[in-house]
Amino acid sequence: MHHRPAGPPGLRRRTLLRGLAGAGTLLALPGLAGCGSGRGDPNLVTMASNRANPAQREAIAESVGLFEEDSGLTVEINTFQSTPFQQSVNNYLQGTPDDVIGWFAGYRMRFFAERDLITDVTDVWDQHFRDVFTDQVRSLCTADDGKQYMVPDSTAPWAVFHRRSLFEERGYEVPTTREEFVALCERMRADGIAPLASGIREGWPAMGTFDHLNLRLNGPEFHLELLNGDHSWDSPEVRSVFGAWAELLPHHQADSLGRGINEAQTALVRREAGMMLCGMFITHAFPEEDLDDLDCFAFPEFDPAIGASAVEAPIDGFMLSGNPRNPDGARALVGHMGTLEAQEIYTAIDPQALPTHLDADTSEFSPLDTKVDAMVDDAEALTQYMDRDTRPDFASVVMIPALQRFVSQPDDIADLTASIQRQKVSIFGR
Amino acid sequence: MSNAPSPPRTRAPGRATSPRATARGRAGLRNSRGDRITLALMLGVPAALVVGLVWLPATVTVLLSFTRWDGIGGLDTIEWIGAQNYVDAFTIYPPFEPALRNNLVWLVVLFAVPTVLGMFLAVLLDRRMRGGALYQSVFYMPVVLSLALVGFIWQLVYSRDQGLLNAFLAVVADAPPVDWFGDSDINLYAVLVAASWRHTGYIMLLYLAGLKAVDPSLREAAAIDGAGPVRTFTQVVFPALLPINLVVLVVTVIDALRAFDIVWIINRGRNGLELISALVTSNVIGEASRVGFGSALAVIMLLISLVFITVYVSTMLRKAYR
Repeated sequence: MHHRPAGPPGLRRRTLLRGLAGAGTLLALPGLAGCGSGRGDPNLVTMASNRANPAQREAIAESVGLFEEDSGLTVEINTFQSTPFQQSVNNYLQGTPDDVIGWFAGYRMRFFAERDLITDVTDVWDQHFRDVFTDQVRSLCTADDGKQYMVPDSTAPWAVFHRRSLFEERGYEVPTTREEFVALCERMRADGIAPLASGIREGWPAMGTFDHLNLRLNGPEFHLELLNGDHSWDSPEVRSVFGAWAELLPHHQADSLGRGINEAQTALVRREAGMMLCGMFITHAFPEEDLDDLDCFAFPEFDPAIGASAVEAPIDGFMLSGNPRNPDGARALVGHMGTLEAQEIYTAIDPQALPTHLDADTSEFSPLDTKVDAMVDDAEALTQYMDRDTRPDFASVVMIPALQRFVSQPDDIADLTASIQRQKVSIFGR
Repeated sequence: MSNAPSPPRTRAPGRATSPRATARGRAGLRNSRGDRITLALMLGVPAALVVGLVWLPATVTVLLSFTRWDGIGGLDTIEWIGAQNYVDAFTIYPPFEPALRNNLVWLVVLFAVPTVLGMFLAVLLDRRMRGGALYQSVFYMPVVLSLALVGFIWQLVYSRDQGLLNAFLAVVADAPPVDWFGDSDINLYAVLVAASWRHTGYIMLLYLAGLKAVDPSLREAAAIDGAGPVRTFTQVVFPALLPINLVVLVVTVIDALRAFDIVWIINRGRNGLELISALVTSNVIGEASRVGFGSALAVIMLLISLVFITVYVSTMLRKAYR
């Protein structure tokens, strides 16, 4: 689409028009959706996986291989890069999607359930999963109609990551309160270390800071309601979040808007930064021999009345497309992906993933996994991350530019929250 | 064969339909049935394609710009909201105004730098110097590189912590690292360097083609009259390049309006790199699926393009009928 044809000028003019009109063409397509879903081979199940890291591919292949052996079915795995898949998922689900699709629990799954783009799998839950997941996980896989639409397999929670050896060398203590956290940041700066690695060029990594501050200052209930559109963004609560962020901003790596999240992770690996608020996917950035040195703690408490137990634990799972070509095979496959055995195979290979199954064997866990797993188990509430807990249009079109603007101009908070609120009303319609 | 009476000599059938021949011989021209079928096919198929692939989607885009729709479900889920999307774009959508401004800056810079530079390179290469073909390929290379590769190359150059440019500045001038991509005051210009890098090669090729077509006798005459190389270029060759200049003008305007790929790969067109095309994409194509709002932005972009397209097409048509 963006290749530059070295053609004659007439062609380029037309290319422009077609490009402009392309959006329109794409929109005309959904009308045709659903025509191409012929019944296929009863022994074949297709599966779209958005887990594209080498370790994730291997983990999926192992787990699915076990299913193929047991069931005698053949599974065709189509792997997509996670971010591009996310960006095209609306069109993908309305076209001829694969039978089983890797996706996120929570708001983002409910959104598709409401639109009938995915299939109810309550029967699979009744058969296998009634008592093997926590109530929280079950509610995250349940749509507003009370039915389950997703089988969860793993989670990659967020925490403040750091190198254990650096903390030991310098005698840093893990902070548990706002004061300790700020004091530690100041000490690190005095030692010539950037306290908090930060790379938000891609936009979405900035959401983690907002989420955690809001969870600690206003509590998980308010946080989820706010993201659900129930509260005004132009409120003292939201302004207090940005205020606390403004206090932490000088402790973040400088020029974070120009840095990709991978570069920020590299800063932590290289000991140029002391800590990083990040998801477990940071394990992919650490060299294998250094993984033992990676440690973490929960984002500290900011208000004793709220505590620090809410954990941002995005849960991944598998759902059935709206009209799977092989419904029985697809049900069997999602049923398999939720089993203890499948989860243990998967999470043993993918370093970022922790199993969601209650009976998962934790004896083989690394100390890091054990710690994070305990954080998730003890959490009074699990949230999914801002772009999974709210409307995607609000998250990407409004919040990312707003958070980036805040980081570059942290002084005009009132103006910023007013602008977010105006756009929120336009998008949520309330 | 065509039985057109005038001119009487046999002509290839394709030539007989050129505007000039038709204009002259319209009264006496009678096409055979086969000719008419051929004509109908040759005009009808492209016309159907243009209507189907250009006009129809463009019309749909205009219609959708008055709606709120997330692109999911049938047409009955479309909600008509009048001009609300346009009002929102101009009033409460913070990236919109910077996007208009950035597109304008983009246009001005494309004219000021790569167009002039491309012309200069073309004039140099036109002198049949040794290794001319090699230079030509080198300058043209960026045009054919893929989007992903271009983004990767400039990431290597501009990265704050690991980039070539900051490392160079640190060694040479002991300068503190500059945040080329993240500082919204300078990132547009940093990216424009990259965009110009690509555009120069393209303009160079256009001018090179134009220069090859300039009648050498013009230059000889100028030389005999005692004009130096600069004067020959400014007063003889450049005026003869008028058609190419027009093409370059349009190409540059269009490139400035649809500039997209580099900013998209850097930061999705945010934080100082807002462009209308990137806003349209992030609203419509992405997961956001704000189809109505994105369409409104696309229509605004279409209207701006139409101004330039109309000028170009009318100039071209005027010339064709002259």
